[in-house]
Amino acid sequence: MADIVHPPVHGEVHRHPAPTGFIRKYVFSTDHKVIGIQYWSLALFSVFVGMALSLLMRLQLGWPGQEFGFLKTLFPHAAENGTISGELYLSLLTMHGTVMVFFVLTTAPQGGFGNYFLPIQIGAADMAFPVLNMLSFWITFVALVVLMLAFCTNFFVDDPNMINVIGPIGGWTGYAPLSALGDKAGPGQGLGVILWITSIALFCVASLLGALNFITTMLNMRAPGMSLMRLPLTCWAWFTTAVLALLSFPVLLAAGILLLLDHLAGTSFFIPGGEYVSGKLITEHSGGSPILWQHLFWFFGHPEVYIAILPGMGLTSHVLSTFARKPVFGYRAMVYAIFAIGLLGFFVWGHHMFISGMSPYSAIAFSLVTLTIGVPSAIKTFNWLGTLWGGQIRFTTPMLFAIGFVSLFVSGGITGLFLGQTSIDIPLHDTYFVVGHFHLIMGVAAIFGMFAGTYFWFPKMFGKMMNEGLGKIHFLITFIGVNGIFIPFHVMGMAGAPRRYASHAGLEYAKSVMPMNRVISWIAFVTIAGQLIFLVNLIWSWAKGRKASDNPWEATSLEWTIPSPPPHDNFFGIEPTVHRGPYEYGVPGASKDYLMQTEAGPSEVHGD
Amino acid sequence: MGKITGVLMFILAIGSVLLFMGQKLIFGSVLWWFPVGISEHAAAIDAQFGRTLVVVGIAFTAAQVALGYAVMKFGRKGDARAVYTHGSNKLEVTWTVITGIVFVVLAILGQRVWANLHLNAAAAGAARIEVVAQQFQWNFHYHGADGLFGKTEPRFIDDSALNFVGLDPADTAGRDDAQLTTLVIPVGRPVELTLKSKDVIHSFFVPALRFKQDTLPGMAIKVHFTVKEGEEGKYEIPCAELCGSLHYNMKSNMLAIPADEYDRLVASSEEKFKEQLGELMQRYQYK
Repeated sequence: MADIVHPPVHGEVHRHPAPTGFIRKYVFSTDHKVIGIQYWSLALFSVFVGMALSLLMRLQLGWPGQEFGFLKTLFPHAAENGTISGELYLSLLTMHGTVMVFFVLTTAPQGGFGNYFLPIQIGAADMAFPVLNMLSFWITFVALVVLMLAFCTNFFVDDPNMINVIGPIGGWTGYAPLSALGDKAGPGQGLGVILWITSIALFCVASLLGALNFITTMLNMRAPGMSLMRLPLTCWAWFTTAVLALLSFPVLLAAGILLLLDHLAGTSFFIPGGEYVSGKLITEHSGGSPILWQHLFWFFGHPEVYIAILPGMGLTSHVLSTFARKPVFGYRAMVYAIFAIGLLGFFVWGHHMFISGMSPYSAIAFSLVTLTIGVPSAIKTFNWLGTLWGGQIRFTTPMLFAIGFVSLFVSGGITGLFLGQTSIDIPLHDTYFVVGHFHLIMGVAAIFGMFAGTYFWFPKMFGKMMNEGLGKIHFLITFIGVNGIFIPFHVMGMAGAPRRYASHAGLEYAKSVMPMNRVISWIAFVTIAGQLIFLVNLIWSWAKGRKASDNPWEATSLEWTIPSPPPHDNFFGIEPTVHRGPYEYGVPGASKDYLMQTEAGPSEVHGD
Repeated sequence: MGKITGVLMFILAIGSVLLFMGQKLIFGSVLWWFPVGISEHAAAIDAQFGRTLVVVGIAFTAAQVALGYAVMKFGRKGDARAVYTHGSNKLEVTWTVITGIVFVVLAILGQRVWANLHLNAAAAGAARIEVVAQQFQWNFHYHGADGLFGKTEPRFIDDSALNFVGLDPADTAGRDDAQLTTLVIPVGRPVELTLKSKDVIHSFFVPALRFKQDTLPGMAIKVHFTVKEGEEGKYEIPCAELCGSLHYNMKSNMLAIPADEYDRLVASSEEKFKEQLGELMQRYQYK
């Protein structure tokens, strides 16, 4: 198919000078690259916070009730005798989930890498709405600050009757009415929940603004010759993610506002009449629905899973092709699979609610759609294998993490075949089987995507290479570690170990999970320690790393045609012209084994 | 690095298969598996789990081994070029159709037990018990000798007076009712539970029945099951939906006893019921 190939626009140069003041350059910047790094840094901070919380949880799960002296210092009220109480455990868990899902999984892949590289990969000088972009980041930042405040309500509420905890205890899903009843329902459920849901509502607003920006940018700002089917798969993933965010975050925002109203304005959206809580009949609320929250939450919550994982899928395709030195296998199938996942993702939320009390007939419908969504996921896996097959693989660190992503995606995704079936879900629901499933796929697979992205793009973002040796050690420890932690979760779940339990010691039938818990804790400690290698590598490479060339990976997409790091206006004010698809590796007859998207010449046939 | 990564994938595949299907081989016994199953539904769910496990096991192993093989086999060799291909529509269609069929068939098979459990009413003559969950306790309301449940209302609830379920003192049908924190059911006879909650969402989970259902305030959800003859015993009922700080402590027991003994027990007074419960708790051990 012939393309309209624009001639290079010689002479038409629109340079955008970089701002000079520190504040406009690094703090309230409208440069998508600075904003990308800001998002990425915010996620980096958050991921270490989230991981620290999981470390404390692993201490409790491995050695329930044991005294640890340092806990007294850390939580003078919530752990006054050095042990983790039931409510402290739950608030650690709630914060872990919220920080990880929103401020890591939703932030780094899209806000971080998407912001930085979508404009460059399509050949634009910036996002469509740079000021809106700045606003999105700073609202996200405020949301994180508010969440951290929810963490430490005990420091500024001086009520001797209130058990001191470090935040809400209802889990990241915040099911009502537990989340709607205030302190009566449990410590941290009053002010803690109010701050928590305010943070999430702010995050929704920021994500909405971001999504609008991504969609507009990709549709309107592509360089000449960058037809839709010449877009790198990363761009398709970011675009679809933005569409999902645009359609799902408003629903969570609405749910959040309703929950706030239940707390602050005395409404009863989620509180039915006749509640008897903590020894008292509640007369001021009636008429609400306890199941409404779940519908609203999961209508957002399931697309959210894909918001977290799609960018990782796009990046994995991109990185696998780059380092296998082979075009992506089935490019079009990959694009359609992303669409299919995005679309079907809106019709499966009920699989989180099979046992919630909703109609058993709708459960059957949700189950059928859920298993159908496995098909495009399988297509992606087949095509990744197809991309590797017959390649000349260069085992760089980003490539190892991308391969790890495929493995984790398979391990985490395939157990959805159990959970998506109504009948098998009955015993497995709310057990460690589910925890293992979603940690593998939306947790660590997505994080492997972020690691791959960091190792892959660090040279472009900071102009320095990361240390490959440390990177490989980091990969080995992390890959072995996460499998050692999360695969055993599945058999614990089969044995019936419920999730969100501060201890399984009280269950006779699940006695066998106790030693397992301890082994997993040890593996978790080693894996967490391994992440310090990553941190050291980041800092060391940033300060002292080898200088990166423009195109250290011999890759083809547009970000590799410009200096590392790129100038303020990306392409020096000259719009690049695109001549071919994004994955032209190993083209027969070409002088080298890769052809950049900007290279004119013969064989402009593929990837039209 | 390709060799190491490939070997890791093989170890992952073998290790997982052993963990799920070969525990006996490594540990001498099966340490982590479903608890005993005491109902026909439990057996049917286990069978469907087994079928799915075979499909998943094959797909998982094939994918990990293929990935491991690819990274071992296709490592860079000097300056050689990779195979130049953009894919194959024939392959795309083949694997899409095959996975589509397998997944949809699994989904349809998976509905059978669900339909039996949830789309049919309990058989006539079922033993009826009302379950009222609260932070952090299970209450079980028995109808007594008259076979009629006394009227309950939230305004009559008084935990300090041990009226946990809110029995209306004026209703004569409730005079012989019993409120206990242990569930006693007959074996070999259908049991119909009405699940309610006083405060937040809880979840009624009996691992031995492979059964779980959320209990919601403001809703009464009817469920039913039958424990097989010969499965008399003591089983645990943990709460499976996060309900507050002591969620992990919210646990009760289900005593499955011979049907005639159950009838006598339910017909007796609340004091007598409680008395005999102690003896039953001694008689049966956890399986």
